[in-house]
Amino acid sequence: MQTNCAIELKNIRKTFGSVVANDEINLQINKGEILCLLGENGSGKTTLMNMLSGIYQPDSGEIYKEGSLVSIRSPRDAYALGIGMIHQHYHLVDVFTAAQNIILGMDDQKLDLSAVNDKVKEICDRYGFHVDPKKKVYDMSVSQKQTIEIVKVLYRGAEILILDEPTAVLTPQETDKLFAVLRNMKKDNKAIVLITHKLAEVLAVSDKVAILRKGKYIGIVETKDATAQSLTDMMVGRAVKLNINRPVYDNPHDKLVVNGLTVVDNEGVSRLDNVSFTAKAGEILGVAGIAGSGQRELLESITGLYPIKSGSIKFVNEDGSTNELVGKTPMQIRQAGVGMGFVPEDRLGMGLVGSMGMTSNMMLRSWRNGRSIFFNKKSPEALANKVWKNLEVVTPSTDFPVRRMSGGNIQKVLVGREIASRPPVLLTAYAVRGLDINTSYAIYNLLTDQKMSGSAVMYVGEELDVLLELCDRILVLCGGKVSGIVDARKTTKEEIGLLMTTVGGHEGGEQ
Amino acid sequence: MSFLNSVVLLFAAAGAYGTALMFGTIGEILTEKSGNLNLGVEGIMYMGGIFGLIAPNMYEMAVGDSASPFVAIILAILASFAVGAIAGALFSFITVTLRANQNVTGLAMTTFGTGVAKFAGELRRMQVGGYVTLSNKMKFAFDKHFMPDFLKKIPVIGKILFDQSEFFYLAIIAAVLLHLFLTKTKTGLYLRSVGESPVTADAAGINITKYKYLATMIGGGISAIGGMVYTMTTAGCVWIEASLAGTGWLAVALVIFCTWRPINGTWSSVLFGALMIMYLRIIIKGFPIELYKILPYVVTIVVLVITSMKNIKDKQPPASLGLNYFREDR
Amino acid sequence: MSEAGKTPLIRLVKRVKGDMISPRKIWAIRIGSILFAFILGMIPILMAGSNPFQSYGIIISGALSKPGYIRQTVKRAVPLLGAALAIAPCFKMRFWNIGAEGQITMGAIFASAIAIWFQDSIPALPLLTLMMLAGIAGGALWAFIPGFFKAKYNTNETLFTLMMNYIAIGIVRWLQGGPWEGRPGTQIIPMFKDNARLPNVFGIYCGWIIVLILVVVVHIYMNFTKHGYEVAVIGDSINTARYAGMNVGWVMMRTMLFSGAICGCVGWMLVSGANGTLNADVAGGVGFTAITVAWLSQLNSFAMIIIAGILAIIGKGSTTLQTKLNVPASVADIVSGILLFCMLGCEFFINYRMVFRGKKEGKV
Repeated sequence: MQTNCAIELKNIRKTFGSVVANDEINLQINKGEILCLLGENGSGKTTLMNMLSGIYQPDSGEIYKEGSLVSIRSPRDAYALGIGMIHQHYHLVDVFTAAQNIILGMDDQKLDLSAVNDKVKEICDRYGFHVDPKKKVYDMSVSQKQTIEIVKVLYRGAEILILDEPTAVLTPQETDKLFAVLRNMKKDNKAIVLITHKLAEVLAVSDKVAILRKGKYIGIVETKDATAQSLTDMMVGRAVKLNINRPVYDNPHDKLVVNGLTVVDNEGVSRLDNVSFTAKAGEILGVAGIAGSGQRELLESITGLYPIKSGSIKFVNEDGSTNELVGKTPMQIRQAGVGMGFVPEDRLGMGLVGSMGMTSNMMLRSWRNGRSIFFNKKSPEALANKVWKNLEVVTPSTDFPVRRMSGGNIQKVLVGREIASRPPVLLTAYAVRGLDINTSYAIYNLLTDQKMSGSAVMYVGEELDVLLELCDRILVLCGGKVSGIVDARKTTKEEIGLLMTTVGGHEGGEQ
Repeated sequence: MSFLNSVVLLFAAAGAYGTALMFGTIGEILTEKSGNLNLGVEGIMYMGGIFGLIAPNMYEMAVGDSASPFVAIILAILASFAVGAIAGALFSFITVTLRANQNVTGLAMTTFGTGVAKFAGELRRMQVGGYVTLSNKMKFAFDKHFMPDFLKKIPVIGKILFDQSEFFYLAIIAAVLLHLFLTKTKTGLYLRSVGESPVTADAAGINITKYKYLATMIGGGISAIGGMVYTMTTAGCVWIEASLAGTGWLAVALVIFCTWRPINGTWSSVLFGALMIMYLRIIIKGFPIELYKILPYVVTIVVLVITSMKNIKDKQPPASLGLNYFREDR
Repeated sequence: MSEAGKTPLIRLVKRVKGDMISPRKIWAIRIGSILFAFILGMIPILMAGSNPFQSYGIIISGALSKPGYIRQTVKRAVPLLGAALAIAPCFKMRFWNIGAEGQITMGAIFASAIAIWFQDSIPALPLLTLMMLAGIAGGALWAFIPGFFKAKYNTNETLFTLMMNYIAIGIVRWLQGGPWEGRPGTQIIPMFKDNARLPNVFGIYCGWIIVLILVVVVHIYMNFTKHGYEVAVIGDSINTARYAGMNVGWVMMRTMLFSGAICGCVGWMLVSGANGTLNADVAGGVGFTAITVAWLSQLNSFAMIIIAGILAIIGKGSTTLQTKLNVPASVADIVSGILLFCMLGCEFFINYRMVFRGKKEGKV
């Protein structure tokens, strides 16, 4: 056992400001083994592994490699120790060939591409990859790019491979191929860590599963002893009572009817696939899913910011008539009389203008009002003062650039503006991300107020506890598809956890 | 036949101005490959133009008749390169270290560089009490068409390729070397990765700051040599400040035209050199000369528009061109 | 790994939230950097063998000590201020319009055309009005072309606007030596008749009044109109602009039209007021110096009056310096470049805090 240990982490702690990302974590990574690191978004998996790959340094705690204490201060140090990490976002130069990318940054290497090609070929043959060293990255599929990243790490002689959500962007066939390669590496006595939250994959490929929850180490189990249910229970934990006030609106009725919505990003990858649902006035529709399952694209499609391939989005007016939103620009949607509030995920990059103060930011919604060439500053100023007072925004003045405010105050400004006009539809993405408890509750209450005044609210969230207590219904997205729409009052955390990882609640899902 | 003849003569003559453009372009290609968009080439070439003249001028005045043309040429190259490298270092300091906007810094460099050049030229003129120039022996050495006659006499290509000054061949050698450096060496590969994706380069342990500084300094130095070549060949070793105007900007445009490839930079520089003097060689009856002189600028605009309309992955600027990279902003 | 243990001598910490420095300190840094630039500006003066303090004194007295000097200084400042006002909205939008030179020239050409064709038949007031409108149209057209291609194809606007400068100047050269040439062989367009000339106010053509009105107009446009708001939002984040329903491409084209219109107006004033005729040197480099003016004044219209004034003083005074002390007048360009460098560099010290090794980092 002792000789088999590749890396040992002891009492690792890492904080970002007041947030504890990793709290006294102990973990052992063995050679010839595939270890899955399982946990929800924000549970600290990636942070922990980034400390092995040299991106972060732990605040306290030790890392041992084969029994001796090491310090890893840069990706170079990590390579020197035989640790290689394949990040979610690939670090590749698009206009370079595979071989050029592979040798990037290696000092002890002459630029002899034919020797590189030979070595790449040898690595590929050993583990069963297919790489064309002369192919340029921009001509490659996502899975080929991932292969390059893996070869790059192996080329540097990595003995310990960490893969962060490697299957998130792969098709099932590509996933199977990747797993076959990982099994070959295991046979070659490499230590492999797989960061994931897809239970089916965990069960299919790993030997052991370590579970993190909210930065804490929960435990490690042998995969053969685990089931999807037992792992989910460990991952999500017991439901925590948050006591969010959830009144019932007497007369919920259809407000937004989405049918067969399909969108494709500019790389040609499908982001939403045949999504259909109805958002009702007087209820909060939660949207759950692993990060990157199509949440952003869904909200941006509805607001006219994302090009739509097919499907329809109908807004139901008070008199029962409908407005088709597909094919309209954001301005055309507004001009059609469709009131919509949108709190985007990227607050300063999309929802607000960082260099401007509250008043000017309030104007982002109202700047076009009136026929005059001058904008009306009075009403945004009044609104800014109202938001400042009612939401207790901490700022020296309404002209103070919002970029310099704290995250919570920035979010209050954004949410305050979006709910100000009492829009019939309010879309929010990660509205409480990075906020403290009090601000979070303030936001929950604001959303509930909107609901009770007859808005259809959509809440894209990451914390299942909150979704369960705040929302009326929860739509679960998995890989751009709707894997289920459940009643938030009747469902359980486990049920949602399973839906998040599998389309339609079936293992493997329907492809 | 006479038309072909005048085309041949046009391109043979275009080699001189084309050489200055070539250095300017090649230098800026190197700079831009590191992701630094130095719009100050105009100012840098101006400074190269005057300091490349002052150095041999001072040398000749100090040594007198025994001055060696070879030493003078070396001094001209070194002086212009040095001033360009200093300008490159200044640009890098402000944009890389102090993280200022590259566009405005480049424009400031143009103002500053042309100012310094005019100032230095004027000051030197006052010091020597007349035109700053070199002896005829030196002038001849700087614009020596040293290739053997039998090569010059090869039909068509002889005059274009072999009836040129030594700097023409030096520029082509520089272009080929830069091409080899960028495509065949490890350092060249790393430099390109810095310009394409600094995040990737940083993650691979490449020292971004070092590469950006060095590329911008050497690139600035090479561009400045172009200014010197202009003064010492086309302008006949005399400082005429107005005549250099626009050359640096054309070099920046040529970098786009030749799609960041030094080898393309050689022929396209000569092509633009030809456009610049075409009004002298190929006369179109009834077409006003002053409008004819606009031609290279119109062509530049057409080229800019066409390249922006097309979207070919291999012919794009370095992906992070003009953007500053701060690791903590990731 | 051996060297990795060391803390670097100086670390940079981005100033955030509570760590921001006070506005007073920000202005102290900016003014300090301008003073620093003037100190650096002494280097070329010293190299020319002159006393820098005496030289600065000559620059100031050469620009301001006599009414005649002041008039010349104001005459320099007027187009400079006008061009800076024109490019401010573009720079605010992060659209690098360096074609003010060409837009001024094109405005001057259009205005001159009206003068040359109609000065014998139309009285002063309608003629001047027509000239102004033509100038505005010419400048706007010249700016719109690169704006259009930027909006449609993302064509590099820096080079495009610059090439447009050379083309506009080339057209004037052709007009000077061709269709509009006065006495054959002179390459000079004859002076306009009086009804095509702007009247003088306090001994200077009334362009200074127009440009001061433009200061107010641009200030209002940038700070109180919907257009100005769109420009500011796009300059900060194109995504946010799209989120707010703005048509980014159209705003770019429209802003270039506005910018070109002001340049065209400046061109009209130059031919109708300052010069009384058209020549290829009509813009005389103000399009470039205006970039310095706009950036040094942080795109604030009223600050531009001061900065344009300072640069005009340096420009005018340095010609006096050349005659008196043999310091070449191009020292003005050097100082202008150094000023811009220092201003660009000093923003760093406003946005970042340096932490020296050994010192404990303060609580953020």
